[in-house]
This record gives sequence, C-alpha cells and structure tokens, in this order.
Amino acid sequence: MISLTDTPLRPGELLTRFCEDRSETGAVATFTGIARADSGEGTILELEAYPGFTEAEIGKIAETARGRFGLDDILILHRIGRITPGEAIVFVATAAKHRRAAFEACDFLMDYLKSRAPFWKKEHGPASARWIQPREEDHADVARWEKEKS
Amino acid sequence: MARVLLFGPLRDLAGWRERDIAEAASISALKALLAEEDERLGEALSGPGVKVAVDQAIVNGDIAIGPRAEVAFLPPMSGG
Repeated sequence: MISLTDTPLRPGELLTRFCEDRSETGAVATFTGIARADSGEGTILELEAYPGFTEAEIGKIAETARGRFGLDDILILHRIGRITPGEAIVFVATAAKHRRAAFEACDFLMDYLKSRAPFWKKEHGPASARWIQPREEDHADVARWEKEKS
Repeated sequence: MARVLLFGPLRDLAGWRERDIAEAASISALKALLAEEDERLGEALSGPGVKVAVDQAIVNGDIAIGPRAEVAFLPPMSGG
C-alpha cells in the first residue's frame, strides 16, 4: 500500500499492523526517515506532492522492487505538508520469505524515493526558505542499483 | 477550459497553485497565454528540467489539450 498523509506517522503501530496475519512471510524490514535539524537550527520542511500522480510514480518504484526482490508485500507511507524536526517523514516496510530480500528491497526503495519520487521540498530556516534538490549522494545511491542490474 | 496546476518553485513564482484557463488548445498556446500575463512565469515554464503532465501523464513536446484537461507544470523534483 502506498499513501501520503499530512498527519504524524506512528512507526510502531504501522509495523505491528504490517506484521499481522502473515504465515508465508519470513522477514519484515523497515526504514523510518526522520526530519533532522542541522546544527541545532529550527528548520521546518514543507513537502508538496501532486496527489494521484505522486502515488502512481511511487507505485511504479514499488512494483519494480516487488519484481526484483520477489516481495510478498510493501508498505510506503510518506508525509506531506509541514514537518518539524523529530517527526517521521517516511516509513517503508517490506515483507519477503527471507531477510536478504527484505533488507535490500527497503534500501532500494529508499534510494529511489529519495531521488525519483515526485515531491517538492522546501526548507524553512530561521531567516529564509529555499527549495531543495536531490544531493549528489542521492543520485549515486540510485546508480548503485542500476549498475548491479546490468 | 483547462485546469492548470503549478508545483514547487513555480507555484511560489506565480503566486497561485491552480487555475482554470480558457482558450488554450495546446501546451504551447497555454504557455504563451501565461507568459503574456507574467513574463517571468512564462520563462520559468520553459526552464531547464520542467516537465509537463496532461491528465497525470508526462508528455513530451507540444500536444493538443482537451477542454477538460488537467495540465501540470512540474519543476525538477526534490525526491522524498
């Protein structure tokens, strides 16, 4: 399931629910991304999505992961709107028969979400605001998977 | 009448997020119309990395747009 929400994410509850009623899954891996304040500055993130389009694009990434790693299930929840430091921005869970696939799929999904998902992110600092772009590291992280595939 | 959506920095630049615009039969006509009333926005809509989606699908080049089309201008995305 893929969902965008403007209310706080509760990773513990999400994980509990995701693990319920699974008899054929041997491994669940999760990742929680948390908004970080750099050098103690009170930065607020504003995340904008294109409702419908953003979920569909994330869905394509999820389907690629499902096929590549042979997953049983995927959960991706992403915050939109204003997010304060300490709040979870994204929660990803993957379910697979064995742990390696679950771990790797989680890693793969986050790398693609960080650089390819259609979001626009604005950082509101104490003095000014700016729109931010994926960092070089984010592109390099995705390139890892492209290389492995070929 | 097409519904036009702007995201990210384009929305900030224009000062609006969503508008209905009559009398634009193609992407290029729509851009020209918007540029006429806001020169800076007009330039930004054709800026580097700006993608266009019609009814939530990315399109390339100049295409005709229907009367109830949803046209979104997507500046370079930041990722999640």
